Amino acid sequence: MRNPKFCLILAVILAAVVNGFSSVINPYYYDILITIGINVILAVSLNLVIGYTGQFSLGHAGFMAVGAYFSAWMTGRYGVLFGESAPATGAIYVLALILGGLAAAFAGLLVGSPSLRLRGDYLAIVTLGFSEIIKGVIQNAEPLGAQRGLGGIVQHTNFFWTFFGVALAVYGVLTLVHSTYGSGFLAVRDDEIAAEAMGINTTKYKVLAFVIGAFFAGLAGGLYAHFKQFIHPEGFNFLKSVDIVVMVILGGMGSTAGVCLAAALLTILPEVLRMLSDVPWLPEPARHLADNRMILYSLLLIVLMLNRPQGLFGRLRFGAGKP
Amino acid sequence: MPVNDPSQASAKFMSFFPSLSASVLVSAVMFLPLASAFSSGEIPVGEFTSLTGGSASFGQSSHKGTALAVEEINAAGGVLGKKIRLITEDDQSQAGQPATIVRKLISQDHVVAILGEVASSKTLEAAPICQQNQIPMITPASTNPKVTEVGDHVFRICFIDPFQGTVISKFARARGWNRIAILTDAKQDYSVGLTECFTRDFVARGGEIVREQKYSSGDKDFKAQLTSIKAAQPDAIFVPGYYGEVSLIAKQARLLGIKVPLLGGDGWVGDSLLKVAGKSLDGCFFSAHFSASDKSERVQNFVAKYQAKYGVPPDDMSALGYDSAMILADAIRRAGTTEAAPLRDAIAATKDFSGVTGLITLDEKRNASKPAVILTIENGGFHFVETVTP
Repeated sequence: MRNPKFCLILAVILAAVVNGFSSVINPYYYDILITIGINVILAVSLNLVIGYTGQFSLGHAGFMAVGAYFSAWMTGRYGVLFGESAPATGAIYVLALILGGLAAAFAGLLVGSPSLRLRGDYLAIVTLGFSEIIKGVIQNAEPLGAQRGLGGIVQHTNFFWTFFGVALAVYGVLTLVHSTYGSGFLAVRDDEIAAEAMGINTTKYKVLAFVIGAFFAGLAGGLYAHFKQFIHPEGFNFLKSVDIVVMVILGGMGSTAGVCLAAALLTILPEVLRMLSDVPWLPEPARHLADNRMILYSLLLIVLMLNRPQGLFGRLRFGAGKP
Repeated sequence: MPVNDPSQASAKFMSFFPSLSASVLVSAVMFLPLASAFSSGEIPVGEFTSLTGGSASFGQSSHKGTALAVEEINAAGGVLGKKIRLITEDDQSQAGQPATIVRKLISQDHVVAILGEVASSKTLEAAPICQQNQIPMITPASTNPKVTEVGDHVFRICFIDPFQGTVISKFARARGWNRIAILTDAKQDYSVGLTECFTRDFVARGGEIVREQKYSSGDKDFKAQLTSIKAAQPDAIFVPGYYGEVSLIAKQARLLGIKVPLLGGDGWVGDSLLKVAGKSLDGCFFSAHFSASDKSERVQNFVAKYQAKYGVPPDDMSALGYDSAMILADAIRRAGTTEAAPLRDAIAATKDFSGVTGLITLDEKRNASKPAVILTIENGGFHFVETVTP
């Protein structure tokens, strides 16, 4: 990545071009592509917190929920504020995505400032508790559909916006951690006491990583809500957070390229296994494996972790510099 | 961050590249042969359900019922001279999955209709996609009123929650009970909805609500509420909660010397109800979708076949899953085609369909208007009492 800005612009143009062909892509594959994009944003942003800053967070789904619910509520209430034409509702959608991300960032600030004085296991528990609180609040909020879920969300998310978000997240995280200022994140991860001794405000760096991570999680939540058109508090539970953590760990903590690949792989894998039963040239017993695909999926995870404990890409990074 | 040695990094990347492209190739090959998987000699019908995960016990029951129905239809020669091919996909009880799966069923398998999901939260995710693609969808057991409001291609064959309140009230009046006390789970929409409908109907029928008490899901001690209810001397107590709390309530009520029967809805059906409550629930009544001890020939036939195939008696979900497939087959037969528009109209026109869960008619809001059964508990088992029509 010798010229990050050039890569960013190239990615955005590419997303726009592919988006032009979205009507000829099979809707099922399209669904998987968008899901990959959303998962990549989630994993890359969590990687900033876990991989680069070394703070273990189990609350990423909670931030995703804040973004999803905020943006869905906003487009539901103010969606036709500027009229019903496509550009007008589209503008509201983009605004809702950004504000949803900011709302999540604010939530990140709220939970981060007091709890990031904790470390390791304690921090994991606090973030877990926080995401459960968010879920609990949503479950009791009538305007958000409470326990019934929030439906009737207009589908705005397309290939372009999703991969624009991906490009933004990857660009944002990479340029940040490879900047002089961003070395602070790595310093906090590598040795907190030494970093403190060097005059780095470790708490500030931790909170910052948390807030930026939460912003992109909120953005991903907004994209998710406007793609699936229905959100339910149970969709943002502890298991969702764990899914994202698995992507980060499998991809290799602190390796953005690896994390992107892991997010894509873990999204595609269950679907590929689902299709085993439809592949005509496979022998009969192999097709029956599809019935137990979740066992197979878990086995693959174990094998991958045993063989590549350092992550898919190991020490390889997108940026040439050694972080 | 200073750049160390770019060439080294890119060399590492290149060494990784073959395995990366290999994995892409493998997935591409996996995807390829699917385009021709569709055969025209069969009618593909999609089913999405939770075979794994949190609500797997419901999902598996309903899937077993649906699969049995399809087997029966095909054994009898299929519909329109073609066999039905049921394509079942598991949503792992996970949000986000139903939308993906339904897109797969529609675009990949070209299904003519979709059956699915017990949990309303999953059905609500799939419904807009079926609606946008104009593919009819029948849910066997999602009771949330919002489900069928999504659009004119979404149907349900179970009754919605409020109906049960009316059923119990009708039953209580028929038994000659005038004074009823209510114990509501304030945390559950289901329980609050049932209470409202019951109260409205019971008062309209000339009964009297003598005491209203509340609890929250997860509570363990109900003695305060029950003492207050005992003082009001009701003829029966309406407890529209879920089985976990209901079993404890029954036990504590008997300990306090309350002898009157308890009444409830389908939330009572659960494995641990009788294990915890023991004999405390003997002589109590609740409404349900289906009773395996209904003596009618239709139900007994179904129970025998189900028992023979799976080795366990069918429950509410399996009966509803069975009926959903049967109603779809019936509609395809009446429409004479599997094209979406006539098929949708045929499903909407379902009238007095005789299913194992009773005579089913779909109303103009695409909800089922059908009877409920009243069950009683005696000697550690559920027994059929009567059928209450709307």
